[in-house]
Amino acid sequence: MSDAVQAEGLAKAYGSGDDAVRALDGLDLRVAEGTVVGLLGPNGAGKTTTIKVLTTLLRPDSGSARVLGTDVLADPARVRGTIGVSGQYAAVDEYLTGFENLDMVGRLYHLGARAARERSRELLDQFDLTDAADRQVKGYSGGMRRRLDLAGALVARPPVLFLDEPTTGLDPRSRLGMWKVIDDLVREGTTLLLTTQYLEEADQLADRVAVIDHGRVIAEGTADELKEQVGGERVEVVVEDAGSLGAAREALAGLGRGEAVVDERARRVTIPVSGGASVLVEAVRRLDAEGVGVSDLGLRRPTLDDVFLTLTGRAAEEPDEPDGPDAGRTEAQGVAR
Amino acid sequence: MTTLSHTVADAVTVTRRNLIKIRRVPDLLVFTTLQPIMFVLLFAYVFGGAIGEQDTGIDYKEFLIAGIFAQTVVFGSTFTGYSLAEDLQKGFVDRFRTLPMSPAAVLLGRTASDVVNNAISLVVMGLSGLVVGWRIRSNPLDAVLGFLLLLVFAYAVSWIMALVGLLVRTPEVVNNAAFIVIFPLTFIANTFVSPETLPGPLRTFAYWNPVSSVTQAARELFGNTNPQFPPPEVWPLQHPVVYSLLWALAVLLVFVPLSVRQYQRTTSR
Repeated sequence: MSDAVQAEGLAKAYGSGDDAVRALDGLDLRVAEGTVVGLLGPNGAGKTTTIKVLTTLLRPDSGSARVLGTDVLADPARVRGTIGVSGQYAAVDEYLTGFENLDMVGRLYHLGARAARERSRELLDQFDLTDAADRQVKGYSGGMRRRLDLAGALVARPPVLFLDEPTTGLDPRSRLGMWKVIDDLVREGTTLLLTTQYLEEADQLADRVAVIDHGRVIAEGTADELKEQVGGERVEVVVEDAGSLGAAREALAGLGRGEAVVDERARRVTIPVSGGASVLVEAVRRLDAEGVGVSDLGLRRPTLDDVFLTLTGRAAEEPDEPDGPDAGRTEAQGVAR
Repeated sequence: MTTLSHTVADAVTVTRRNLIKIRRVPDLLVFTTLQPIMFVLLFAYVFGGAIGEQDTGIDYKEFLIAGIFAQTVVFGSTFTGYSLAEDLQKGFVDRFRTLPMSPAAVLLGRTASDVVNNAISLVVMGLSGLVVGWRIRSNPLDAVLGFLLLLVFAYAVSWIMALVGLLVRTPEVVNNAAFIVIFPLTFIANTFVSPETLPGPLRTFAYWNPVSSVTQAARELFGNTNPQFPPPEVWPLQHPVVYSLLWALAVLLVFVPLSVRQYQRTTSR
């Protein structure tokens, strides 16, 4: 399979001299045709800068990039005809209706007036915006704006799609809705490069994940491979009485794939496991049988913070968004704060 | 389709978008209509008592209108920079720049819709001028040419503001910066007083200020001048139409390519 997106040695610095900030520092990236790659990293890691270079918005200081074989720097106009882009902030016009927004984009893709109209209606339908189609966007919710923005990226049915943090700032329900929309898209064979701060999102949507930090890719692989690297799932038990920590550890031994770790101050026992919720049920049984009083018990999945801790030895920088895709105890936690 | 017809089609699409917004954003409508009415009334009745026919050769209200027209359309041009900075800030320019559209179309569309903005302002001001006693004393053709000249000049200023908007990136800052420059530019001129009354260096500035020549040209085309009170003996004010057009042309030659180039490099932060 050939690469739809190819970046080699991308470097970009803002400012100059000692104050220069290296947004990109030798970034290499490949997205095979028809696959989804998630670019995972904290704020300021260089995700948006990468997208901007690949979508012809920004010229890198050095390095090269190709989209469907076309050199992004040499022939940006041609690249623009083959890509769809949806940015971090929904670039939709508040005072136009949903339909007018898409119709305008269709015309600017030179689809022709009629085709632009038809395609806009079709997309509004597909994105569940038919009822709101002829209302001004200023009355739309955040999730609706994002969907409309994404629809704008799809007007010309581009074979390659770039989505910059498509769910940042959305509430959990809208986030799930967005995931479904994106999932359906990829099923149709679109090549997609998306950026995210959430490991769970990359896990959900991407075939492969590239972890980015300080402008370079520091790890690359499938989500499972990455999670394997950081230890995968684990069961966490907080006991009521510090005296029963030992009993809890004994009870859980053999349940997981490795040694249980005890944190006395937090009265917590952590053990890496595989097998999901059924392991959790077994853990409850065993603790109960040993008569260990439990004040908190949960199945945790690794977060971006865990990935970063493992890969870089330090925590990911705090993101702007206060809420991760934190959909409950047995779901992955949001980026730890 | 050729590149040129693409450019035109894209510019029309962008203009349409901007015009829809004139109708839907109430603030904008207030800005383009109420503010000019306020200016006409304020100047006519506040300054009108202090400055009279003995100073300007004609009734002050007739003297004043061309000046207010010029001032308002030059101020109106700042809207070009304001809107572009806003589009940049909201990621709209990013979206446009990833589309396979003409790189000049966004700026052409923006400046074109701002001509419409200014034309609306001129109509509203003209009507309020008529109410307070302004009259066109030439012929309809000259009057139309007077309005066109004002619009052409403002169009050129729009392209300066386009570059400012793309460089400054913050709509409010564009407005404030423009105010600091445009306010003196439109006052150190023949807009509201005879430039002869100004002290030395300011007088020279007023003589060569293109806002003066546009105002003078409009006055002559509207027939709001008195042969007993000829304009000062300086070339720009003796040949106001030519001087104004030369200015507009020079500005366009410099700022159209600069703005388009800046547009192609710029992206939201």
